[in-house]
Amino acid sequence: MNFQLFLQNLANGISLGSLYALIAIGYTMVYGILRFINFAHGEIIMLATYFVYFGILIFSMPWWLAFIFSIILTSLLGMGIEKVAYKPLRDSPRISILISAIGVSFLIQNLSLVIFGGRPKAFCQPSIFTKMVTFGNVKITSITFITPIIAGILLYFVTYLVNNTKTGMAMRATAKDFDTAKLMGIDIDKIISLTFTLGSALAAVGGIMWGLRYPQIHPFIGTMPGLKCFIAAVVGGIGNIPGAVLGGFMLGIMEIMLVAFLPGLTGYRDAFAFVLLIIILLVRPTGILGEKIAEKV
Amino acid sequence: MNKKTLFMVMAVILIGVFAITGCGQQTEKSPAGTDSDVIKIGVYEPLTGASAAGGQMTLEGIKLANEMYPEVLGKKIELVIEDNKTDKTEAANAVSRLIEKHEVSAIIGSYGSSLSMGGGPVARDAGVPVVGCSPTNPLVTLDNEYYFRVCFIDPFQGKVVAKYAYESLGAKTAAIIMDASNDYSVGLSNFFKKAFIEFTGDENCIVAELKYKTGDQDFTGQLTSIKELKPDVVFAPGNYGESAILIKQARELGIESVFMGGDTWEAPEFLDIGEAAVEGAIFSTHYTEEAPVTEVSGEFLKAFKEKYSGNEANAFAALGFDAYLVVRDAIERAGSADPQAIRDALAETKGFKGATGIITLDENGDAEKSAVIKKVEGGKFVFVGVVDPE
Amino acid sequence: MWNKKNLYTGISLILFIIFIYWADNNLDPYKMRILILCGIYVILALSLNLVNGFTGLFSLGTAGFMAVGAYTCALLTMSPEMKEMAFFLEPLIWPLNQIQIPFLPALIISGLVSAVIGFLIAFPVLRLKGDYLAIATLGFSEILRVVIINAQSITNGALGLKGIPKYTTVYWSWGLALLTIYLMVNLINSSYGRALRAIREDETAAQVMGINLFYHKITAFTISAFLAGIGGALQGNLIRTVDPTMYVFQLTFQILLIVVLGGIGSITGSVIAAVIITVLMEALRVVESPMTIGPLHIPGISGMRMVVFSLLLMVVILFYQQGFMGQREFSWDWLSRKGRDNEQTIGS
Repeated sequence: MNFQLFLQNLANGISLGSLYALIAIGYTMVYGILRFINFAHGEIIMLATYFVYFGILIFSMPWWLAFIFSIILTSLLGMGIEKVAYKPLRDSPRISILISAIGVSFLIQNLSLVIFGGRPKAFCQPSIFTKMVTFGNVKITSITFITPIIAGILLYFVTYLVNNTKTGMAMRATAKDFDTAKLMGIDIDKIISLTFTLGSALAAVGGIMWGLRYPQIHPFIGTMPGLKCFIAAVVGGIGNIPGAVLGGFMLGIMEIMLVAFLPGLTGYRDAFAFVLLIIILLVRPTGILGEKIAEKV
Repeated sequence: MNKKTLFMVMAVILIGVFAITGCGQQTEKSPAGTDSDVIKIGVYEPLTGASAAGGQMTLEGIKLANEMYPEVLGKKIELVIEDNKTDKTEAANAVSRLIEKHEVSAIIGSYGSSLSMGGGPVARDAGVPVVGCSPTNPLVTLDNEYYFRVCFIDPFQGKVVAKYAYESLGAKTAAIIMDASNDYSVGLSNFFKKAFIEFTGDENCIVAELKYKTGDQDFTGQLTSIKELKPDVVFAPGNYGESAILIKQARELGIESVFMGGDTWEAPEFLDIGEAAVEGAIFSTHYTEEAPVTEVSGEFLKAFKEKYSGNEANAFAALGFDAYLVVRDAIERAGSADPQAIRDALAETKGFKGATGIITLDENGDAEKSAVIKKVEGGKFVFVGVVDPE
Repeated sequence: MWNKKNLYTGISLILFIIFIYWADNNLDPYKMRILILCGIYVILALSLNLVNGFTGLFSLGTAGFMAVGAYTCALLTMSPEMKEMAFFLEPLIWPLNQIQIPFLPALIISGLVSAVIGFLIAFPVLRLKGDYLAIATLGFSEILRVVIINAQSITNGALGLKGIPKYTTVYWSWGLALLTIYLMVNLINSSYGRALRAIREDETAAQVMGINLFYHKITAFTISAFLAGIGGALQGNLIRTVDPTMYVFQLTFQILLIVVLGGIGSITGSVIAAVIITVLMEALRVVESPMTIGPLHIPGISGMRMVVFSLLLMVVILFYQQGFMGQREFSWDWLSRKGRDNEQTIGS
């Protein structure tokens, strides 16, 4: 393998990794505060791409307006899901919320299948995202530069929000202990709802970027990104926002390098992600950047 | 108290369930039992689940055929449609239900070879013939004298593409990217490989053999390793959505080889998703608009465009259309709605003119017919040639 | 009292066997197929309930173990000629291509192979808890599927297997289901079962009481894998063809639905829910077919069934978390009003 080929693979890895990173931010934020895996995150991503699709098709919006429309709609949807499916279970065993999340995920998937049909549809691709940049033999599309920039901005924004604002402080307090936070005068219902809304907005951004890179949408489009990005979040240290970004890039680059260096194993690519997940969980359950949390007895 | 209520709730639900099944049965059975003016043909297709798209396309064709030819032997043909949810267990249940509950005379289906294999044994045990529309896996009709199909099978299709690549494109080297989780893609790739090695006489003509899995979206890793090898053609059969994205990424990476695939590519979405990137892609399929194989082809195309306004007809709809006509023809020749008689008539289908070509069913129940080669040009599927079976 | 209960159990068992015998001779193959499936789902639901309900380990790996069981049993029972025909791309490896054994040993081996894999997976995975365990088992199930897809010369890859002999009858499925129920009831009422429930309620407290956590969890997980393997094998030999796309997460979801609906931690609940869901799965086809009520014509909406089932799961978990049975079990005392306060009685 020559150097240029390696660079090309690296670029491919960064391109995929930045998408994982972007989606993993939303995952990890929700987990960090609520301590539960939002199984339906992948389905929220899928719906965001459909909102863009219909925004353009039915309301003939320009693409940027459709993106904003989709982000707003997805946030509201996320807020709704939290109210209906998760809030009533806040005092139940964690497993109940997980089951509820699995239920939401299947409900959205099947409902989409009934409403949108199963045939894949083409996602819009405005030309600024598809421009080619060539360095010698290495070819990179402009979206490969745009996605990491967006991921960086969102990373900064979310970190700032969580660490430096009053709302962020309330979020962190809620994450530590619901009851104590309540005693401190924090309206935890509002904080959790806000977290979810924000998490869904992040999912929408991730979904839109995903659609721009891989312009095919159908009701199952969110499942794999959902799982992979969860893995990325765990690898980086779930609940840790910079960790999610790091995990996303790592997973993306490793997947591409696996395919590039061991072509005989290309069929095992998805298995690789899960193997990585299990290894990380066993060796360093808190992830690369996560801190050790003592378990409450 | 609590337990009692629970018990009552359970009892009510159970009774309700059985009542529903019971009622459903009564209302459905009475017309079949008393009314001999109706001949029932069952359809089982994946209308939900991962293969929903293919099932829905096929169903469009079947319904169209039913509208155009609603009668046989002076009786009305009634379609009974069951969803198999892209699930083998469900497929077997659906066939069983069609046979036992609806007492159908023959069955059409299903998109997806694995689903067809789920339904196959049930139909064979009950002695009801099934005509598949697009299951191209050779295993479907193997060891099952009640299963037929109106499409060609993977060994033939793989060979056709290899032949075209070698003879018409002058290709000497090829790379294969297959969807390892898709039986269609795996079968086709293997037969392409075999045939291409035979044609070129060169053991090393396949420069790379790479895999992906249904649902994957990023193929840049596989494609980058192909780029250096510069094969003349890349054979990448698979679902049209994934294939279109794959070709798009290949073009972005600067791969200039010709991309080739199979009949699944013939869907308008392949063009929508692939846009300019899929220009020049070549694939084999079942029928063509430009050079209608038979007069029925033209008739089908016209009717399809009228019914599904503006939608391009696709191979699956055409095969669904043909499957229905073949069954209808067999009923006519059998002169009765008896499943066994229909099976025997089906086995003797020879030179039947369908929308996708002249169909002759061989001793395995597979169709012997010619394949059409098409190319994407100017955002359209353009006919390039016909390859006949030997 | 005890003897009376045994008598009741005996009588109902005999009545049930008579019912099965009657059904076998009188019902059409379609209804029989549903009845057989009910039995298989009872086994699968109990398998999942053992880990999820009684031990409190939220596992989502059932589909993977079913795949292992189904493939093992299929490869052991298919005839060598059929195997040669099915493996037309790459021949099956020796000695599998020569072997053909009767159903019972094949079933047992399927369960054992599945159990061994479950045991091996349990070692790393059971060190995790809660949602992590759920994702890890889901991951392993997916890894097993990927391996099956890629191991062309053992599993025939994506092409799947065909021509598996039809061994699964209603006697096999319900016979094994009854056996499973019997074993589960005894297991749960033994000191071992009480230890499992102690782990579910409070791990730390259980450990303090001297319960070996790891040993108990790992045996529960292995038994569950064994049962899932048997269930998968029965299902494979019923449908007579298997391929990797059958064993996706959706399958686990269906079984999870049964367990949740019946009550997480109730054998009775799982049995009842398995029957109800399997029947409903078919009965609800009515929702999808076009209906004509008077002048109103409602076109059939395909896909509504899965929407209904997802909704059902959500409604149960949101408003009726206990499911049908909660953690209670059926007891003959229900009829005699006496044991009403005794919540944990398990009479069989």
